[in-house]
Amino acid sequence: MMNSASDNTTRRYWPLGQLIACRMREFAREPEAWIWTYGFPIIVTVALGVAFRNQPATQIVVDIVDNPQASATQEALTLKPDSLQHFKAEIFSQEQTQLRLRTGKTDVVVTAAESNSASPHYEYRFDPTRPQSVLARNAVDDRLQRAAGRRDPAQVDSVAVDEPGGRYIDFLVPGLLGVNLLGGGLWGVGFVTVEMRLRKLLKRFLATPMKKWQFLIAVMSSRFVFSVAQALILLVFARYVFGVPNRGSVIALGFLILIGSIMFFGIGLLLASRVKTQDAIFGLMNLVQIPMWVLSGIFFSSDRFPDAIQPFIKLLPLTPLINSLRAVMLEGASLVSQATAIGIMAAWAIICFAVALRIFRWQ
Amino acid sequence: MLAIHCQQLFKRYDSKPPVDAVRGLDLTVEQGECFGLLGPNGAGKTTTIEILEGLLDATSGDVEILGYRWGRHDDEIRQRIGISLQETRLSEKLSIRETLTLFRSFYRRGIEPNEVMTRVSLEEKANSWVRDLSGGQKQRLAVACALVGEPDLLFLDEPTTGLDPQSRRQLWDIIRGFRQAGRTVLLTTHYMDEAERLCDRVAIVDQGRVIALGTPRELISSLGGQHVIEFTVGGNGQSPSIPTENLLDLPAVSAVRTEDNRICLSVDEPHIALPALLERLTAMHRDLTGLTTRHASLEDVFVKLAGRHLSEADQNTST
Repeated sequence: MMNSASDNTTRRYWPLGQLIACRMREFAREPEAWIWTYGFPIIVTVALGVAFRNQPATQIVVDIVDNPQASATQEALTLKPDSLQHFKAEIFSQEQTQLRLRTGKTDVVVTAAESNSASPHYEYRFDPTRPQSVLARNAVDDRLQRAAGRRDPAQVDSVAVDEPGGRYIDFLVPGLLGVNLLGGGLWGVGFVTVEMRLRKLLKRFLATPMKKWQFLIAVMSSRFVFSVAQALILLVFARYVFGVPNRGSVIALGFLILIGSIMFFGIGLLLASRVKTQDAIFGLMNLVQIPMWVLSGIFFSSDRFPDAIQPFIKLLPLTPLINSLRAVMLEGASLVSQATAIGIMAAWAIICFAVALRIFRWQ
Repeated sequence: MLAIHCQQLFKRYDSKPPVDAVRGLDLTVEQGECFGLLGPNGAGKTTTIEILEGLLDATSGDVEILGYRWGRHDDEIRQRIGISLQETRLSEKLSIRETLTLFRSFYRRGIEPNEVMTRVSLEEKANSWVRDLSGGQKQRLAVACALVGEPDLLFLDEPTTGLDPQSRRQLWDIIRGFRQAGRTVLLTTHYMDEAERLCDRVAIVDQGRVIALGTPRELISSLGGQHVIEFTVGGNGQSPSIPTENLLDLPAVSAVRTEDNRICLSVDEPHIALPALLERLTAMHRDLTGLTTRHASLEDVFVKLAGRHLSEADQNTST
């Protein structure tokens, strides 16, 4: 005889709580998830931060063409180094200097020609399209002119200002923060949902009294917890290892992370709403992500792109998120000042959710 | 109150060309019975059961589940039924207990996960991940997920397909146990032994319609005999066929059917029919090249009604 222990006073069950708990367990038990979500952003930060660290602008590579005047020139450049300019001056043959200039191994090539007068005669070879080369030419000229006896009439004081906020790493971290939220929404909500649909698990759930909103909230809120953890780890790491500041309020930062997450959950859900194969969802996600990876100003400023496509760039979902994160973190901007960006993100969120919920296929 | 009442069910899929999966199906299932939909693949069994489960919309027709209707009382129905789909892959990295607790949480009333685990003999694997279970264990877990809400009505779509004989028997025991408590089961299957052993009544379904309905015993009786004598003749350049009328008048033979070169006789008393057959064949100067006798099965009923086997691969299944 079946013993029915069916009174629900013995133990209460919370479907939403169970759904969230199961979703979090599934994520936590996937080792790849940990590596991609937590390891990868840190590795990228370190790699790019080190590779693009600010070299002191004073380190200038100068090649001197080999001729009788070469060593005198070298001495003029390297004797009495001052704190503002430090030259690495070496002597090479003419062919070598040409090759080195062409391949960017040297910033400027100096040929000290034979001079008939008392003053020396120098020829500079440099690349006008490279800022470092132009800088090098000017710095070398300054030094050689002074070595030859130039007197500067104006009195000059130089004050070095070196505060974090203007370095590449400061530019990069908000970009990575944004891109993490993008990945979290697309993969953590979109792909996960498609995968469950393919396994017919959504269909199985539909036959139970489970409410559809409970499932969706569970997927999104569990993902949000992981995204917040990811953001915290990245920000704390960047602050203590690289000194990346947050000049804005923590609440403002938290709000941007929240609205960015919601927006990307909506986009992920929309992309996943009718997909029936794994290949299709991979294709769709890449199609959507790649323009943003390139255009939204993660690794370099989106201003570099032509004016004609700037309006398009500004409306991509990732762009306002990254811009407002940068404004808050590096300039201490208030949320009010970012109203336009927040508005664009909210619009994306509302539209995507509205459409997705209408067309979502549960089986 | 009937457990299931279904009238003139039609389902057309709007593909190119359109497919009529169900073409006027009537079904009545009483409470407390185990009812089987038996038919080959593509007969419309899964479409029918999914419409009854509320997962699919019918093109037309009337459906009542435990007195409720889909579209009006969806939550009431879902609280009272449990289902097992074909090919659901539960989350691999959750344990049995976690999976059952999740499903239990959806229902207002139900059974404790620990108890339902015992009913399906999975209590030893309570903390094992789904990924590490065998095929039979996964199927038992699927049925457990259907039972955890203590349903009045259980829908099982092809519950033992692809399982080894021992797992199949284990599942049958679980289903019997459920039914013995007075609950109702509707299952679909293409295994005739499953229909014969588990079901109180069977509807034989082919091409979207019910072509026969009754208890397994009634259906087999309609063949005109509980036994089948199957034989082949030929050899020495003789023809392998015999005209039906030359055999129909044999004593205790109620029907004759030919399939390829095999001749099947439906007989009630093989001890009378067999000697008579051998005598007749000798008189006709025909040589027997093969002979078997067996019990009539629902497979034979299907072949008689539909002109083909339930499943070519299962023709010679005997368990």
